[in-house]
Amino acid sequence: MNATVDLHYVFRRTEFSLDVDLQIPMQGITGIFGESGSGKTTLLRCIAGLEQPTTGQFSIDGDVWQDTSNKMSRAIHERQIGYVFQEPRLFGHLNVRKNLEYGWRRRRDSKDGVDFDQIVGLLDLAPLIDRRPDELSGGEAQRVAIARALLRAPRLVLMDEPLASLDRARKDEILPFLDRLHTELSLPILYVSHNIDEVCRLCDHLVVMDRGRVLAAGEIQSVLVDLDLPLLGGNEAGSVISGTVEDYDANYDLTRLKFSGGALLVPGRYGDVNTALRLRIRANDVSLCRSRPNDSSILNIIPITVDEIHLGQGPYALVRLQAGQDFLMARLTRRSCDELRLKPGDELFAQIKSAAVRSPVTTTAHSPL
Amino acid sequence: MDAIIFPGSGPLWLSLQLAAVTTLVLILIGTPLAWWLAQTKTRWKSAIEATVALPIVLPPTVMGFYLLILLGPYGAIGRWWVELTGNTLTFSFSGLVIASCLYSLPFAVQPLQNAFEALGRRDLEAAWTLGASRLDAFFTVAVPQSARGFLNAIVLAFAHTLGEFGVVLMVGGNIPGKTQVISIAIYDQVESMNYASAHRLSAILLAFAFTALLAMYVINHGWQRR
Repeated sequence: MNATVDLHYVFRRTEFSLDVDLQIPMQGITGIFGESGSGKTTLLRCIAGLEQPTTGQFSIDGDVWQDTSNKMSRAIHERQIGYVFQEPRLFGHLNVRKNLEYGWRRRRDSKDGVDFDQIVGLLDLAPLIDRRPDELSGGEAQRVAIARALLRAPRLVLMDEPLASLDRARKDEILPFLDRLHTELSLPILYVSHNIDEVCRLCDHLVVMDRGRVLAAGEIQSVLVDLDLPLLGGNEAGSVISGTVEDYDANYDLTRLKFSGGALLVPGRYGDVNTALRLRIRANDVSLCRSRPNDSSILNIIPITVDEIHLGQGPYALVRLQAGQDFLMARLTRRSCDELRLKPGDELFAQIKSAAVRSPVTTTAHSPL
Repeated sequence: MDAIIFPGSGPLWLSLQLAAVTTLVLILIGTPLAWWLAQTKTRWKSAIEATVALPIVLPPTVMGFYLLILLGPYGAIGRWWVELTGNTLTFSFSGLVIASCLYSLPFAVQPLQNAFEALGRRDLEAAWTLGASRLDAFFTVAVPQSARGFLNAIVLAFAHTLGEFGVVLMVGGNIPGKTQVISIAIYDQVESMNYASAHRLSAILLAFAFTALLAMYVINHGWQRR
């Protein structure tokens, strides 16, 4: 049996209620996605012990931290969690090193496998180590906060929109560090966000929440293509597929990526042959043709089968496409659906205009193909 | 005359001792009280805050009068003290410390309470999640971050105790070497038309009060700029 985090929380206040029952894998990053007010933060605060649920059970890899039916609840400081808040919350009276040491000195026992210098190196904090918190930029301060939480030797890391208070440039500065955490540490991370781009880039699993309830939970690839989830429709709809590097064309600076539905060319170089990569393809960047176009500027044209069509209220329809074992989403006008006489089972060609690559080595933003 | 100014037994020395002991006691008692007031949601909060603030507006003689009754050998606290120690609280140094603590209470509690309220829960929550118990987080995060509040509380409580007159006179009387503090000594010297000595003592108090407050404001502004 795989190790899991099992939780069930019921939390009632006059103006808000939460009722969540989840089983989360003990590996990789699990995104908790939802609009503000959906209960994401309350869920994290219950796990940390910062809020007391009306009723609830929590266990991590079999260790029970909370069980209200036995009136059992571990004190906050005895739950081995690393909490990264939206703001860095660094202690202003301590320098960066002392901030990092705060949790490190209080970790349960020194045999816990965290190496101070490894974490400092991972988040590139050596140049900042003697600074005071008010001498750090927002992005630097948040990096220190992440390292401080990791040095506490947590069994579970909780991140509550750690990038939300940062501007675009600062976010791009931190995201590669989060990628590194993911590949270099084997810590389970719960990552709360209302930004689908961040979630698609970072997360392996996804929990979708709305008004205190869980709408869907599972592997990110399958949750993203669930047509019944209203939050994931619209402009942000898309899918994530996994592939491996097949070859690199130095002349055009293009990498060929193999996945179950064929091969895709993506701009730039992403490591050696067989490097595992993930691609996010937005539904807005996918269009359909009945026959393979021979005179298109678009490089990536792959055969697909129409799996399901979801007609919305407005001008658009969302279409789920199967390519091998993977799924793509296409956002078309309802008129196009009618003109193409689309129906499930149809075999067509999808033109993919751009994709965002997530790689353990380098990352780029959405690139036109 | 020298005994008035030089340490050992004079009123200045007595005043400094009284202020030091009172400040120490007030920090020990005032800190948990201020912490509780900053956190509590009880509906009695306003009533308790008003009680703590009473000495600011109450005439010292009124407070001194009630304390004299309470601490006297037939008063609720005084009787108990006599049974316990064999001595009376009134007209003694211990009685002065108790009276001064009540008299200067708001000057210690209010700056601390303001500092604790400004601190908020954010950094404390961070400390708890980093493995610090409530007490640990209080001493390693709340106290150092409220250093300014502690400085203000210490300076104000000390200076205010040093300058008290009415309460001390009512509770302690005017016993040289025992309860005659500097402000009462000044009154005494003026009564006996000994203006030179009164001048000297007054100048010392004035200089001390100004220096203490100046130091407090300078340090506060320094902290603000950081």
